[in-house]
Amino acid sequence: MPEIKVTPLGAGQDVGRSCILVSIGGKNIMLDCGMHMGYNDDRRFPDFSYITQNGRLTEFLDCVIISHFHLDHCGALPYMSEMVGYDGPIYMTHPTKAICPILLEDFRKITVDKKGETNFFTSQMIKDCMKKVIPLNLHQTVQVDDELEIKAYYAGHVLGAAMVHIKVGSESVVYTGDYNMTPDRHLGAAWIDKCRPDILISESTYATTIRDSKRCRERDFLKKVHESIERGGKVLIPVFALGRAQELCILLETFWERMNLKAPIYFSTGLTEKANHYYKLFITWTNQKIRKTFVQRNMFEFKHIKAFDRSYADNPGPMVVFATPGMLHAGQSLQIFKKWAGNEKNMVIMPGYCVQGTIGHKILNGQRKLEMEGRATLDVKLQVEYMSFSAHADAKGIMQLIRMAEPRNMLLVHGEAVKMEFLKGKIEQEFSINCYMPANGETTTVTTNPSVPVDISLNLLKREMALGGTVCYGDGFLVSSEQALKELGLNEHQLRFTCRVQLQDPHSDPDTLHRIYTHLKSVLKGYTIQHLPDGTVMVESIVIKVSSSAEDPNTKVLLLSWSYQVTFLRC
Amino acid sequence: MKLYCLSGHPTLPCNVLKFKSTTIMLDCGLDTTSVLNFLPLPLVHSPRLSKLPGWVSKDGTINLEKELKECAGRVFVDSQPEFCLPERELLDLSTIDVILISNYHCMMALPYITEHTGFTGTVYATEPTLQIGRLLMEELVNFMERVPKAQSATCWKNKEIQRMLPGPLKDAVEVWTWKRCYSMQEVNSALSKVQLVGYSQKVELFGAVQISPLSSGYSLGSSNWIIQSHHEKVSYVSGSSLLTTHPQPMDQSSLKNSDVLILTGLTQMPTANPDGMLGEFCSNLAMTIRAGGNVLVPCYSSGVIYDLLECLYQFIESANLGTTPFYFISPVANSSLEFSQIFAEWLCHNKQTKVYLPEPPFPHAELIQTNKLKHYPSIHGDFSSEFRQPCVVFTGHPSLRFGDVVHFMELWGKSSLNTIIFTEPDFSYLDALAPYQPLAMKCVYCPIDTRLNFHQVSKLLKEVQPLHVVCPEQYTQPPLSQSHRSDLMLELQPPPMPYRRCSVLNLPFRRRYERVYILPELANSLVPSEIKPGTSVATVSAVLHSKDNKHTLQSVPKPPPAPPTKKRKRVIEEPPVVLAPKPLLSGAVPLEAFLATLQKHGISEVKVEETADGHILHLQAEDTLIQLEEDGTHIVCDNNEPLRTTLRDLVLRFLQKL
Repeated sequence: MPEIKVTPLGAGQDVGRSCILVSIGGKNIMLDCGMHMGYNDDRRFPDFSYITQNGRLTEFLDCVIISHFHLDHCGALPYMSEMVGYDGPIYMTHPTKAICPILLEDFRKITVDKKGETNFFTSQMIKDCMKKVIPLNLHQTVQVDDELEIKAYYAGHVLGAAMVHIKVGSESVVYTGDYNMTPDRHLGAAWIDKCRPDILISESTYATTIRDSKRCRERDFLKKVHESIERGGKVLIPVFALGRAQELCILLETFWERMNLKAPIYFSTGLTEKANHYYKLFITWTNQKIRKTFVQRNMFEFKHIKAFDRSYADNPGPMVVFATPGMLHAGQSLQIFKKWAGNEKNMVIMPGYCVQGTIGHKILNGQRKLEMEGRATLDVKLQVEYMSFSAHADAKGIMQLIRMAEPRNMLLVHGEAVKMEFLKGKIEQEFSINCYMPANGETTTVTTNPSVPVDISLNLLKREMALGGTVCYGDGFLVSSEQALKELGLNEHQLRFTCRVQLQDPHSDPDTLHRIYTHLKSVLKGYTIQHLPDGTVMVESIVIKVSSSAEDPNTKVLLLSWSYQVTFLRC
Repeated sequence: MKLYCLSGHPTLPCNVLKFKSTTIMLDCGLDTTSVLNFLPLPLVHSPRLSKLPGWVSKDGTINLEKELKECAGRVFVDSQPEFCLPERELLDLSTIDVILISNYHCMMALPYITEHTGFTGTVYATEPTLQIGRLLMEELVNFMERVPKAQSATCWKNKEIQRMLPGPLKDAVEVWTWKRCYSMQEVNSALSKVQLVGYSQKVELFGAVQISPLSSGYSLGSSNWIIQSHHEKVSYVSGSSLLTTHPQPMDQSSLKNSDVLILTGLTQMPTANPDGMLGEFCSNLAMTIRAGGNVLVPCYSSGVIYDLLECLYQFIESANLGTTPFYFISPVANSSLEFSQIFAEWLCHNKQTKVYLPEPPFPHAELIQTNKLKHYPSIHGDFSSEFRQPCVVFTGHPSLRFGDVVHFMELWGKSSLNTIIFTEPDFSYLDALAPYQPLAMKCVYCPIDTRLNFHQVSKLLKEVQPLHVVCPEQYTQPPLSQSHRSDLMLELQPPPMPYRRCSVLNLPFRRRYERVYILPELANSLVPSEIKPGTSVATVSAVLHSKDNKHTLQSVPKPPPAPPTKKRKRVIEEPPVVLAPKPLLSGAVPLEAFLATLQKHGISEVKVEETADGHILHLQAEDTLIQLEEDGTHIVCDNNEPLRTTLRDLVLRFLQKL
C-alpha cells in the first residue's frame, strides 16, 4: 500500500520555526523553512541533519514551498539553501517573493550588526537564495516535474499568504501555512475547493480559542487606545512591518478621522513607506472592498500616520506608535518599550502571538520584573493589553476549512501540544477522521488507498453493463474480452455443449416447439425468450431445437445447445 | 465533435465547440467594423456634419434624406452606430455551458450572448481580461450614451432598398441583425457571470473535460485555451504574440500533442513590422510637434497604448519633447493606467522584477508624476481649461465614429500642421477618415499588430505538431490585395480546415477510450497472467458506477445468502442475480494429450474419427461425442451432468481464459 509520510522538523507541537517534510508518491517536499524567534542558539533553525548528515540537500528534496513571508516560515531559507546547500526549486507567491528578502535582510542586520553574531547568512546569500525562487500564482497548477504538481490557494493571514495543494498521481496533501477564515480590513478570507486530500496539514495556533466577533475586538482596541490618549498616556503597539500593521493603521486612520482626534500616530521608520507601496502594487491580494475602490481611493495612503523618529519617544503628551518587531524581542519596539515601561499612564498593546522566550511573551504572562542584558532589571508599570489581532484561524475556522476540503486525515502543526490535543479530540469526534499531531522529528505515516486509473474502450463503456472486460496490464487498457483476444492476436476457442432430451408429444414438430416456447415464456419471467423463424427457440443464448424420433413420431427429441460462456439459470 | 462558427471575422472570433456532451463557446468577439457605415457622433454640435446633404437615389425614386447623408461621395447612415453581432440563429445559445474568453478584445459581444438569450452558464476569463474588458465596455457604453441620438434608421436596411444603395452600404452583410450598443446594466449582468481563472489552472467541466488557460503573450491576461479529456486534446489559439512587449511570454510547449488546434487571431498587418511602425510613430510625432502642429492618436484605452507610452518615455528627452503635453482622454483613462500597475503576476519578467523593488512596473507612472502625461475623463471639465497646444492626444475610439476623437478631428482636421497617426489595426484608416473628407491634416498609418504572423505561426505549428488545424478561411489564401504572396497564407500538411461565418465543421477525430478508476479493493483482487512476454491480462468482473461523468469499477457485491427454501417456484421468481460472466477461451485442444488425459480419468473406450476440420471422439461407454476442432470444441452428451462437468474441466485445462 502506498504511504504518505509527514515529519515536522519544526512547528511540531510548537509555534515557530515551521518546517515540515512530506514524502508522497516517491517525492520529498519541504513545506516552509522558518526560524524560531525564541532562541539564539542552534534551536533557532530546523535540524536539517535529519534529512542528511553530510552534505547538500538538493538530491533529497524535490522542492521547497514557502507559505508566506513571516520569519517563522521563511527565516531559515538562506541558511538552508546557501549554507547547508540546496539548489532545487523554491516556490512562493509573488508578494512573498517580493517581501521575504527584505524581512530576511532586516533580520540579518539585527542579528549580525546589532548582536554581533558571526556564522550567519550574508546579504549575498539572501540574494542567491532568492534567485532559486519560482513565483507561484493563485490556482495555477505548477508541474514541478512529470508527476508532482502543486497549486496555491488564497490563505488571508498576510499579503501573499498561500495554502498549497500537493499532488502526485491520485494522492494529495494540503498544507495551510498560516491562514485566516474571516476577512479583515485589508485581506480576504482563506478559501479552498473540495479537493479531498489524503492529509490536511493545518496550523493550530488558536486551536482552543473561539474568538468573539471581529467588530467587538476592534471596538475594544479603539476604546483602549482612546482612553489611554485621553489621560495623556503613550501607546506602543509592537507589530511586524507588514501585515497586522496595515490593518491596524486602516482602523486607527478611520477612527481618528471620525473622532477628529489630534494626537499623533507614528509608524516606526524604514519599512513603512515601502511596505505600503507593496500593498498598492499587490492590491489584487487584498480584500474585495479595497480592490474595488483602489482607483478612486487607495486605502494604503494614510493622512494621520506619520513616520517616527527616535527622538519623538521623549516628546511630551499622548501619542500612538507602531514599532517593529512585534514580539518585543529586539529593535525599535524594545527600545521604546524600555523608555515607557516605567509609567503606569502608558500602555503597550500586543496585537499578536508571542513565542516563548520573548519579552512580549513574558509580559503577557504577567511578569512585572524583567531581566535585561547586563543584569539590569526593568520594572514594568505600564498597562499591558493583549488583543488577538493576528490573523490565524480559530477552532471554528479550522473546522470550517476541514468542511471545505474534506480531507481523509488531519495533521496539526504550529500550535501548543495541550491545545492541539483538545482540537484533535474535537476533530476526530466531529468528522470521524484520524487526526495526528507529531512532535518535531517524529514521523506520521498514513497509508493511502489510491484507485487505479485505466482506459476503457468507449464501446465497452457504452454497453453499460455488468462488465465482462479485460484489463490488459501492459498499457493499462480495459477492453472487452473479444477485443483483447483480437489485440493479442489470439484465436477464440468455442466450447459448446449439446444435450438431448426426449419427451412424448403427439403434435407436429413446429407445434411442439411452439408449446415449449409458450411454456418457457410463462415460467421464466425476466429472461429473453425468442422463437426464431429458422425453427429454434432461444432462451438467452441457449438454443433449443425439436426433431421427431425416426422410430416413433410421438417421441420428440429436444436438442439443447449452449456455449461455455452461458451463465446457468437457477432453476 | 463539432465546431459551430458564429463569426466570420478572423481576429474577433466566436466559435462553439461541442465536445463530450459539453458545449463550449470560444470567445465572443464583436465586429465593430460595421460602425464605419455610420456618421460620427460629435460631442458638441458640428455644423459641418449637420449640413451634409441627404441621400436620394439618382432617379429620385428612393428618398432616404433623413436616414442617409452624403459626404465626399460616400453615403453614411445618420443613426446611433450599430455592431455586427455573432450569428445567433445557428444554435440555441441557451444550451451553451461555458464561454472561454481569450483576451479583452474578444469579449465585447458578451452581453449580447449572455443576456436575454436564456444563457445560464459560466464565463471563464483571467482577472486582467475581466477588469480591462469591463473598462472597454464601460467606455463604449459611455461614448454612446453621452450623445444620445433619438433617431434610429431602419428603412435603409430593407433588402429592396439596400440593393439600390451605393457601396459599401450595398454590400454590408446581415444588416438586419446589427444591434445598438448594450447598456451598463447589461454589461454588469454579463460580467457577473465571469469566473476568474489563472494561467495553467485546471478547471473541470462536469467531470467530462478539463479546460486550462495558457499565457498567449498578446495582452495583459490574454490566454489560449486547452480543452482536453484524458484522451483528446483541443487547443484554441487566439491572439498570441511572440514579441517581447509587456505581457507574460506565450506558453508554447503546452500546446503540444493536440488532436485539433483551432487557430484564430493572427496579425491583421502581415507585412508591417511592429518595431518599424513604432519607430515611424515616434519620428512622425516629433516632426509634427517641432513644426508646431498637434498629434492625434486614435487608440483603445488599454493594450498597445502602454507600449506607446513606454516608448515615448524613453524617446521624449532625446527628441527634446520634454515640455510637450501628452494627454490621454477617456472615461476610463485613469482606471486603465492604474489597473495596468497592479497585475504584476501577468507581466513579463522584466516588469515583475520592478514590482519586487517595489516600483510601478510601467513607466507611465513616472510620466504622470512628472506631469508629462495627463489624463482626463473627457474633453469637458478640467481638460478644456488646462489644454495647451501643440500637444499629443491619445483618445478613442479608433473607428473615429464616436468618443472624444470625433471632437479633435473636427478641431484639427482643417490644418495641415496637424497629424493623425493610426496605430490600431482594426479599421481601415481610409474608411475611418471618409466622413471627415476633405481633410487637410496629415495622415500617417503605423498599424502596430503584435499578433503572430504567418512566418511565426508556421514555425509554431511545426513545433507543436497538431494533428489537425482549423482556421478562418481568410488564412488559407493570400490577402486579396496581394494575391501573389503565397507566404501570407497557411500552408500545412494535412491542409487546414477552413471555416467561415455559419460553418458547422465535423472535427476529424474519433473518441476511442475513456478513463475509469478501479477501486483499490477490486484492483487487489485482480490476478494478471502473462499471455505473451511483457503482456499480462486479467479478467475484470465489476460493477460500473458512473457519477458526474466519472466512472469507477467496484467489486461485484456478493449476493446475500439465499434463505433456504423448499419451494422451487420461489427460487425461479427471484430476479436474475448478476453472476460473474465466464471468460472467453483461446488456444486449441491437442488430440493426443487430450486422449491421454481422458485415459487418466478412466475414459478409455474412445473411437477417433478424422474430419475435415479436426476429429470427432466417440466415447462409446458414455455414449458421448466430442468434436475437437482448431477453434472450437463441442461436447454432445445426454443427461449426465457429472460427466459433462468432468469433460468440460478437462477441455479447459488446455485453453487460456480471458
